[in-house]
Amino acid sequence: MPSELIHQFMRIDHLPHIWCAGCGNGIIMRDVAVAIKELMEDPEVRLNREKVVIVSGIGCSSRAAGYMDFNSIHTTHGRAIAFATGIKFANPELEVIVLTGDGDCSAIGGNHLIHAARRNLGLTVVTFNNDIYGMTGGQYSPTTPTGDKATTAPYGNVDRPFDIAKLAAGAGASYTARGSAYHVRETIDLIRQGIKPEGFSLIDVYSVCPTYYGRKNKKGDAVEMLQWQKEHMAPAVRYYSMSEEERKGKLLVGALTHNNYPEYTEEYEKMVQRCQADMKAKAHK
Amino acid sequence: MAKKKVVLMQGNEACVEGAIAAGMRFYAGYPITPSTEIAEQCAVRLPQVGGKFIQMEDELASIAAVLGASAAGVKAMTATSGPGFSLKQENIGYGAMAEIPCVVVDVQRSGPSTGLPTSPSQGDYMQARWGTHGDHPVIAISPATVREVYDLIIRAFNLSEKYRTPVIFLMDEIVGHMREGVELPNPNDLIINKRKMSYHDGANKQCYAVPEGEYVPTMKPFGQGERYNITGLAHDESGFPTNDNAVAGALYTRLMEKIDHNLDDIVRVQEYMLEDAETAIVCFGGTTRAVMTAVQEARAAGMKVGMFRPITVWPFPEQKLRSHLSRLKKLRVVEHNYGQMVLEVQRAVAGQTPVEFLGQVNGTVIPPAAILEKLKEMEG
Amino acid sequence: MSRVAGRKKLVIEPAWCKGCGICVAFCPKSALEIVGEKVRLKEDGGCIMCGLCEMRCPDYAIYLENLEE
Repeated sequence: MPSELIHQFMRIDHLPHIWCAGCGNGIIMRDVAVAIKELMEDPEVRLNREKVVIVSGIGCSSRAAGYMDFNSIHTTHGRAIAFATGIKFANPELEVIVLTGDGDCSAIGGNHLIHAARRNLGLTVVTFNNDIYGMTGGQYSPTTPTGDKATTAPYGNVDRPFDIAKLAAGAGASYTARGSAYHVRETIDLIRQGIKPEGFSLIDVYSVCPTYYGRKNKKGDAVEMLQWQKEHMAPAVRYYSMSEEERKGKLLVGALTHNNYPEYTEEYEKMVQRCQADMKAKAHK
Repeated sequence: MAKKKVVLMQGNEACVEGAIAAGMRFYAGYPITPSTEIAEQCAVRLPQVGGKFIQMEDELASIAAVLGASAAGVKAMTATSGPGFSLKQENIGYGAMAEIPCVVVDVQRSGPSTGLPTSPSQGDYMQARWGTHGDHPVIAISPATVREVYDLIIRAFNLSEKYRTPVIFLMDEIVGHMREGVELPNPNDLIINKRKMSYHDGANKQCYAVPEGEYVPTMKPFGQGERYNITGLAHDESGFPTNDNAVAGALYTRLMEKIDHNLDDIVRVQEYMLEDAETAIVCFGGTTRAVMTAVQEARAAGMKVGMFRPITVWPFPEQKLRSHLSRLKKLRVVEHNYGQMVLEVQRAVAGQTPVEFLGQVNGTVIPPAAILEKLKEMEG
Repeated sequence: MSRVAGRKKLVIEPAWCKGCGICVAFCPKSALEIVGEKVRLKEDGGCIMCGLCEMRCPDYAIYLENLEE
């Protein structure tokens, strides 16, 4: 028997999941479940589980939708955010959470990511960012660091990588944050914060892929890769108390931006009200 | 009885008015000639009726958003033309596999690639059937007049909801940009289908299960308490991915059979002066009017000519065509392309009756005179 | 039974354990070990029921359970 949490929020008939030993995706999927549970219990939010829709694309990350016991849809490669746009816009009451990967959301789906962020549509996007295409066996992705190896970068990656959270922030998202598989409590909080505010939220969660990325780049096993996150990523409380010198080579685990931009479906509804008021006024003339 | 009002309307506009009458309340699209007026008219009309219009970042996003909206329970539509129709194909297959209703309008334009964007053609006939990969079911409907656009887009939504599959509405530049006076039906006279929804108690998670003899699953839209999974992977009755060959095979077969076993309900044709005809012209969509004029002129010249026109262009109405073969001596297929539906006609006829083809691919319309001239050549 | 009231128990689901060793490496009391590709509690114990193993187990194979009264 699994824990109460897993029993409550996962489709346990389909567990254990297909991810490799030590894959960070299972940790992040649990973070999402805990964040939802906390929002269901939060008296100010009272998130209704039946209104939660989990949307994913294609890749290792995207198998998460099927495991989570919510309304769930596993869509086509790159299109998770575009499907999610239709779901949220058609019924703004739904709490739409997109679980995606670095390739899914920033390569083949990059256009949808930046435009959903630009519209500031009320979606929450959680990336399972493992720097590699895992499902197809280890090809370089838009977040693979320059110089690293992949099956399609046998002599070292020539491309320069994206910082997905900064990309979303630059495109106009209300809320952007960076989490990690190692920093569990912080990441749960960031996801919870992301689901809460109206507007587009993106939490770029650094996963680990020991099977392909780790092995190809001699980064060690899952434990060593998580150790790297522990040493090279710093939660906000610590990060902001560090000196400039100490911050060198360290990545913030925390919110990057948190703005109160107008949310798309609310703005659309205002436009509809204006349109219908004009129609009524004309009809009375 | 109140006198009906005749309004001047463009085909693309009738498409929007008909769709709204059918209950369409979500449109996502991307500008492309010659379908753009559909997006523009949706942008005007949908806010007026409390619906949602969104101009997406590209064609792929448009069809994806439409499928998402339909999964959330709202009747949804997108419209495009050749290049955009190509881009939408992957997700049309997703809709067929995941059984999400929607209507995809393709206002065909001339040529491959960018072609002649403002010129007419019927070159997407085969793409409407085989555009997306893998074996999959397709319903495609092709209107010939502005009034038909209005009536048939309603039918497209009805079939889509009933069979839970994307329906291709295969217009062409001729019909899309044609303006004519139309008398619209009384909204109270319209038959509007809604998808059948089960009322599980929440315990039954087999949302893709269908009873013996049925073909269409009946899950509720997202957010209404059923919490099922949708995927484009081969899936079992719970909607969860499977590698079980027997389960996948049964799914693919059911998807095809839900169309193949309901042809009487789905297939519609128009037969014109066909009762005593010895020669039948087979055509569809925007070429229909030229063919009807040619038939009238041929009859005036004493030729026994009629027209057989699939309205449902996919599945191809092969049984209906075959039912006339004992009487027909010749078939002539007139299409605005290099020869696409003619292949289906030849397949259906299987050598029983000679089949000849008249097509045109230069971006101009086929005039009745050209059809008549060819008929005379054949007779002579 | 009042001795264990309100206390927790560590549960391991060996069938779900893939033996990655994350829980072992980040256990603050070094109370866990991998034997035969499966995690288990060391004989000499030392587990303080902190739950860090549960938080980082990618396979949901180890967790704390509240003991009932």
